[in-house]
Amino acid sequence: MTAVTYAPPLVGAKEPTRPGMATLTLVEMRKMIDTRSGKWLLATIGLLSVAAVTIGVIVGTRTDRTFLNLFLFTLLPTAVILPVLGILLVTTEWSQRTALTTFTQVPQRPRVAAAKVLAGVAFSVLSLLTSLLMSAIGNAVVVALDRGSGGWRLPATDLGQALLLVTLSVVMGIAFGMVFLNSPFAIVLYFVAPIVISAVTGIFDAIRETMLWLDVNSATAPLAGESLTGEQWGHLATASALWILLPLALGLLRLSRSELK
Amino acid sequence: MISVEHVTKRYGKHTAVDDVSFHCEPGTVTGFLGPNGAGKSTTLRVVTGLTPATSGRASVNGTDYRKLPNPGRHVGVLLDASAQHGGRTGREVLGLTAQVLGVPRTRVGELLEVVGLNRTAAKRRVGNYSLGMRQRLGLAQALMGDPTVLVLDEPANGLDPEGIYWMRGLLRDFADRGGTVLLSSHLLREIEAIADHLVVIGNGRIAADGAKEELLAGTGVLVRGLDAGLLAGALERTGLPATRHADGSFVVDAEPVAVGRAAAAAGIVLTELRRADGGGLEELFLTLTRGAPADGGDAGVLPPHAPRPTEPAQQTQPTRQDAAEVAR
Repeated sequence: MTAVTYAPPLVGAKEPTRPGMATLTLVEMRKMIDTRSGKWLLATIGLLSVAAVTIGVIVGTRTDRTFLNLFLFTLLPTAVILPVLGILLVTTEWSQRTALTTFTQVPQRPRVAAAKVLAGVAFSVLSLLTSLLMSAIGNAVVVALDRGSGGWRLPATDLGQALLLVTLSVVMGIAFGMVFLNSPFAIVLYFVAPIVISAVTGIFDAIRETMLWLDVNSATAPLAGESLTGEQWGHLATASALWILLPLALGLLRLSRSELK
Repeated sequence: MISVEHVTKRYGKHTAVDDVSFHCEPGTVTGFLGPNGAGKSTTLRVVTGLTPATSGRASVNGTDYRKLPNPGRHVGVLLDASAQHGGRTGREVLGLTAQVLGVPRTRVGELLEVVGLNRTAAKRRVGNYSLGMRQRLGLAQALMGDPTVLVLDEPANGLDPEGIYWMRGLLRDFADRGGTVLLSSHLLREIEAIADHLVVIGNGRIAADGAKEELLAGTGVLVRGLDAGLLAGALERTGLPATRHADGSFVVDAEPVAVGRAAAAAGIVLTELRRADGGGLEELFLTLTRGAPADGGDAGVLPPHAPRPTEPAQQTQPTRQDAAEVAR
């Protein structure tokens, strides 16, 4: 191999600007797309909405088969898998030890965390668009086969709530990822912790009422359905503060202080 | 330029780095040496803003690393070549870096060529790379932003002799054009071949800091005679302070002419008489870092064939600060 000399100007280089938030977000998205495992995860999200729509088209009653219902149906699997994407957006950097490079290039770790949140939200929006497309195709099939009412209605409230649901899901995943900085831990605890806490506290009648305000699963579930009532919005706010904002704050602290070996 | 000023890093009660100060000037290659666990990597992490110092400060080109707006454009960092996502291709790793640093995409191809990763290698996933290839990739990543400073932790690890020769040329060239290089290594011969400036750390403290020539300069005169016993007697009678080596030669702290006279007076046939060339980096290293933590670090540092010095080298250079203390 011949030695290639490397000869850039070493002196008088202009002062470079720091990478903007848009760049960092695109980089975080690219990091999810450019590996085989990331591609599979994203493909899975797409395939799940295809599967959900297919099931929706096949089962259910004739009046159930509308564009809106098919769309809401796709949210169930999406809201389950998006948090995993959120977790992996963070923890892969630790399992693969790329955080060393990431934080050397961008020493302001909260900026990296913010870029990851924005990337997660962008993926949520993309998954929502996929769901909309698949539901539209599904409904077109329903209409063509004359198997449903063929309604194309999609109220803004439902779309807004769906957007909120997927966003909250992915951000909660990112928060858990930052708290644990370990893929299996974060994934297991993400799914198990809210269930266990609800189950345990559910035994006691006295606090069952209170739990409605603190159970993140029961608080977010109505988002994929009818318009939320005032009290349901209250449940969502308090449960999100406990399960999303608090872990996000703790995670940011952990991420900022974590020593990279 | 890199400045480390009174940097101390404690983890609970353990002091990993203790009041470390040194400077790396533009145009030089600084070799950063020390046994495993001596605080090398911790110091490099403090310099690159990954670990906050408990006290003291480190700066690169006069600025705290973390305050550099786009650090990759000033400082090329390679702390661990194996810390890469195994599922990414080499080209993609560099593509990501180019995007963060805001340099043109064409740099990726240029640097792949500079570090000698061909098209086939660039398309492969890093998980299939050898350590040597990862070092080349990491170096390409470090050079991506056209930095003026390079901070490299064990960059020669895993490189074959041809690769080591290549890297030596690349770093030498970088420094000759005004760049600053700080590299740690336990490959002493490698450091000896490339560094102009040496910083030796042991037990978290600086054991030596100075120009390589100064630190490695031999002291005294090496003399060897047909009969070692007679020579020893002659040196003793003339009161010349001499140290006998296992091979029968002596290192005498005196001028060659005095040693020659002593031998002539006793009628001894000399087979060798010259200025001692110093024990080299290995001896300096072992002398300065003796008493370092017994965590098996020594074994990793010392090649199996390395001769242990019979005596601690004479500590005459003023630059060998703290040497006696560390060697105690």
